[in-house]
Amino acid sequence: MEKINRDKVQQLLDSYQNKKVFVHVEVTGGMYASHFDDKVFNAGMFLRNVQVTFVQGGIRGGENGEYRVGLKLDNDGWIYVLGLTHYEVNDDNEFIMHGFNYDGKLASALEISTQEFLK
Amino acid sequence: MEKERQVLVIFPHPDDEAFGVSGTMSRYVDMGVPVTYACLTFGDMGRNLGYPPFATRESLHEIRKKEVQESARLIGLDDLRLLGYRDKTLEFEAPGHLKGIVKDMIDELNPSRIITFYPGYSVHPDHEATAEAVIAAVKEMAPAERPALQLVAFSNDTYKDLGEPDISVDISGYEDRKEKIMAAHESQTGPLLKTLAGNTAESEAARQMWMKNEVFYSYDID
Ligand SMILES: [Zn+2]
Repeated sequence: MEKINRDKVQQLLDSYQNKKVFVHVEVTGGMYASHFDDKVFNAGMFLRNVQVTFVQGGIRGGENGEYRVGLKLDNDGWIYVLGLTHYEVNDDNEFIMHGFNYDGKLASALEISTQEFLK
Repeated sequence: MEKERQVLVIFPHPDDEAFGVSGTMSRYVDMGVPVTYACLTFGDMGRNLGYPPFATRESLHEIRKKEVQESARLIGLDDLRLLGYRDKTLEFEAPGHLKGIVKDMIDELNPSRIITFYPGYSVHPDHEATAEAVIAAVKEMAPAERPALQLVAFSNDTYKDLGEPDISVDISGYEDRKEKIMAAHESQTGPLLKTLAGNTAESEAARQMWMKNEVFYSYDID
């Protein structure tokens, strides 16, 4: 993965516009967060292999290398992810954006692919 | 530690065996006891992807599969079973499904001892779901036929509620092998390995914790 290049990520988002795509969306603080520190409230989520079509996708922010991505869906719904720092397109042609926290652990993810992700 | 007919180790994540159990598994293998390790998921929702990142959410599956295969090779296992459920989702499988999977393995292997997590004291929901499935499967067996249970507990209230562990396995002589096994899970264990190799008080504490004895609780099902 490399650090997000805003122009390249915007071009990649544009390339999936108005197509049926599968997404993986995730926000995580880790399953052990409140085991290690009982002051931490454990919250997290993931959606995997949900099929959507977005009519407009944008990348914003970039302070300290931390970006937001929003996808406006064809039914006027939204997908929104905060705290993305890295991206790649892998050998399976999956467009992967990850956000790593200050300890280098995954904190957020947005992935887009025309094919289903591994089940 | 007595010679068992067959040991069955059941955990949900590819590194669950490494820290607390791999010395014990290695000792059983060296005694000539058949050991089966059933690992229910690929740990593919892990948060450690390296920094700078060398893995992604999508590549972690293959990386951790290779890691657990290498770990099994170092332990000396000839029966590693990767069941392929998705990390984090075990507790949401249909009620009784995992119990059935465990029961099938018990029927096939006829283990005299099962090593898994302690229900209620193993922190991660996948650990809890695994422990509950094992207990439920064993509970359905006639008491005389039940395998002994040897359970890993590590939640913060373990000592307060359960007291001292009643099974302690001496793994002296196995330090190097265990360190290699932990190192096989490179994507997950990097920082701990650095701590273990150091010469600070923290390093010594970590060696005392992981490299001397592996401790467990027995469990009476009735
Ligand atoms: Zn685990």
